[in-house]
Amino acid sequence: MSELTQKEILDTEPTHHAGHIVSPKVYGVIFGALLVLTASTVGAAYLELGPFNVVVALAIACIKAVLVILFFMHVKYSSRLTKLTVAAGFFTFLVLITMALTDYISRAWGMW
Amino acid sequence: MSTIVSLPDQSTATLPKRSYLNDGYGLKSWLLTGDHKRIAILYLISITFFFFIGGFFAGMVRLELLTPPTDLMAADTYNKMFTMHGIVMVFLFLVPSVPATIGNFVLPIMVGAKDLAFPKINLLSWYLYVVGGVMTLAALILGGVDTGWTFTTPLSTHYLNTHVITAGLAVFVAGFSSIFTGLNFIVTVHRMRAPGMTWFRLPLFVWSHYAASVLMVLGTPVLAITLVLVVLERVIGIGVFDPTKGGDPLLFQHLFWFYSHPAVYIMILPGMGVISEVISTFSRKRVFGYTAVAFSSVAIAVFAFFVWAHHMFIMGISNYSALVFSLLTMLVAVPSAIKIFNWSFTLYKGSITFETPMLYAFGFMGLFTIGGLTGVFLGSMGMDIHLTETYFIVAHFHFVMVGGMLMAFLSGIHFWWPKMTGRMYPEGLSKLAALVTFIGFNLTFFPQFILGYLGMPRRYAAYPPEFQVLNVLSTAGATVLGIGYLLPMLYLTWSLKYGKIAGSNPWQATGLEWQIQSPPLTTNFEETPVIDYEAYDYEWLANKTKHEVQTVG
Amino acid sequence: MDSQAIATHPEYEHAEHEHPPYLRHHFANLEQQKETSTFGMWLFLLTEIMFFGGLFTAYLIYRNWYYPAFVAGSHQLSIALGAANTAVLICSSFTMAMGVHAAEMRWRKPLVGWLLATIVLGCVFLGIKADEYHEKWEKHHVPGLNFSVNDFVHQDPHYPEDKPLPLDMAEKTQVYFSLYFAMTGMHALHMVIGVSLLIILVVRAWGGAYTQGHMTTVENFGLYWHFVDIVWIFLFPLLYLISRHQ
Repeated sequence: MSELTQKEILDTEPTHHAGHIVSPKVYGVIFGALLVLTASTVGAAYLELGPFNVVVALAIACIKAVLVILFFMHVKYSSRLTKLTVAAGFFTFLVLITMALTDYISRAWGMW
Repeated sequence: MSTIVSLPDQSTATLPKRSYLNDGYGLKSWLLTGDHKRIAILYLISITFFFFIGGFFAGMVRLELLTPPTDLMAADTYNKMFTMHGIVMVFLFLVPSVPATIGNFVLPIMVGAKDLAFPKINLLSWYLYVVGGVMTLAALILGGVDTGWTFTTPLSTHYLNTHVITAGLAVFVAGFSSIFTGLNFIVTVHRMRAPGMTWFRLPLFVWSHYAASVLMVLGTPVLAITLVLVVLERVIGIGVFDPTKGGDPLLFQHLFWFYSHPAVYIMILPGMGVISEVISTFSRKRVFGYTAVAFSSVAIAVFAFFVWAHHMFIMGISNYSALVFSLLTMLVAVPSAIKIFNWSFTLYKGSITFETPMLYAFGFMGLFTIGGLTGVFLGSMGMDIHLTETYFIVAHFHFVMVGGMLMAFLSGIHFWWPKMTGRMYPEGLSKLAALVTFIGFNLTFFPQFILGYLGMPRRYAAYPPEFQVLNVLSTAGATVLGIGYLLPMLYLTWSLKYGKIAGSNPWQATGLEWQIQSPPLTTNFEETPVIDYEAYDYEWLANKTKHEVQTVG
Repeated sequence: MDSQAIATHPEYEHAEHEHPPYLRHHFANLEQQKETSTFGMWLFLLTEIMFFGGLFTAYLIYRNWYYPAFVAGSHQLSIALGAANTAVLICSSFTMAMGVHAAEMRWRKPLVGWLLATIVLGCVFLGIKADEYHEKWEKHHVPGLNFSVNDFVHQDPHYPEDKPLPLDMAEKTQVYFSLYFAMTGMHALHMVIGVSLLIILVVRAWGGAYTQGHMTTVENFGLYWHFVDIVWIFLFPLLYLISRHQ
């Protein structure tokens, strides 16, 4: 076997993150937070916020999703690759929505 | 023509005693295999079968178009012919062709792994393909589908009585086959590379397959849900695409093309990967601008998601969004053009030889360029309004898919045939087949550009009499093309028993797959390789001695 | 770019014939196998994001086009049941996470307990959902099968604040219910698959399969379960809480 350079050795080292075990306390706190946020979603629905009702509802839902992803799904303690993968998924979904919306939003604008 | 094929002394040459081909006998050892190489062969057989079915339908289409009136078959039957041709060719041939056959075989070896990350999922992927194929045949036997391969609503959901549901579900199942293949490739490239095999030492074939796999994983599920909605609409009448119930038929098209545009890149990227390998090998030169070619694959994959509505310019989308999509379409052409430039500069001052894979590669470069440029014409709205839904579109996509992708597939099959089987095919006959294919292709599809420009609509069984000459030329070309595709079937099968023994590296190519025996062992490598050289390093290859090749027994 | 490959000495793997039985031969070591399978699971979840993404796109478009119909349709759903289901699923995510933790700590009986709790909560969710679907059937709100716009063109005595809709907008409530059934139905299908897999996992966990160092299956299933929970986290406000502030 020929000599590997320092860079190549570093390039091929595995990440040592398998050892991290999330404690039940963290799970408990997140669990509580999720229930509180659910209650706030319901509560906020009864407030008169006009077009912002849906913004608030989606914002709270996003926070809940982020909590589940980071802590229940361990993404906070995962490799950069995992984080990038999750981001790529949501990014593609946003592309679908945004580019489709370019059509639906502008149909009513009429011809040039 | 000079040649770099260097075979072992044929009077004493033998195939290696142990290889993946004789590692277990009997049907069960093949049908329950986890070996990526055996799965690749299973795919090769099934894909070839469906290719000829799709080709049969193409023949039917061209036969009808010999004469202006609808005289060979009823118009509804003609609709079924081009629909089945499209569905079979797109979903059962083009999408899996290079990735599932050549990719499955070669990619793990190229990264230095013993197998793909998930061998069982690989096998499942093949079974899903077979189930999807059988369901497509079922739709055919039950009476066929006539919606066009694009299943456009509300025609497919409301106005037709044909087997849309069966065909839709067949494509759904085949789609999952594609998803699992892509998933496997991505994980393998990230996690199973051998020591020293950094990203920028990978062959460009791997980069192309990685990009195509990302598209498979992210795009295909949208097709899946779209087909589910079409099926629900037909079965229950939920009305999500039905204007009478408030639905928008264009929503179907947005969701459908969100997958189907990236799908064309799923189809072409692996072929481009093949071309990178072939052009480098037969010019004895590393690919010019490796980094640019690698990143252009990734760029194609990213841009692919932003341009889908250029298939919908005349369908009723707003002019403003059409403008946005048109501009973005111009952008997506750039990475493909970068590849063509870089391949051309690879050829420049290279030691070029004209083996069969190289002939197909030359065909690819010319025909894909023409097809790609006509795509740019179609991407500009003003031209598209005139040219869309005519034979210009048909010619455009056949140039890129048949002149491009299918030629790349044949190039790859010939290039890696010695590795897969340990045998060489007859060179003279294969060159003839390549020539016949090229001539047949141009005769078939070039007239179609003219026909489209003159205004002949696509998907019509009848046409005005002044278009007949060009149509007859096209059908004649199709016959020649069919012969060109039949010949490899015959001589490749012949070569399995009677072909010359190839040895491990008949092409004197770089790449890990050429450093192991032909055919390879089940575990590919005796020892895990350690990589300390760049891709396409022909000086390194020249310094290696014969004895370093691992041949067992 | 992640440029990791798992480094192995060529001699190392020959010496390793005392490797655990669950180490597959094409992997160099357990860590590579585990990271690979988790990465594979994440990629599968990406496909699920895009799969549901198509439905969310359809929802987005039609909610904008037929807002009054969506309001009327949404008011036909029970906030209490929806919120209860949301809480049930969040609990089940908690029990699933605790189950993964038990597997990591190699505690066999707690693992089985947490998995059983997850199954029970999953079944509670599906039971409530079935009850809701039944109610929709009774009230003729199932699109394509027995849909009637009656409730929306006349003043519904149960919903005094909701004015009756003009006929063409009332007919669009069928679009709302189509999406309601498509989205919650697809979600429920994923729950059914999840509960079925959980039953298999419980049986194997009881036999000790996941508490001897190889718990990747439980962990990866947990990822799937949490994903299904996240889908519901978005479905609940979007379907149940449209314009509830009157």
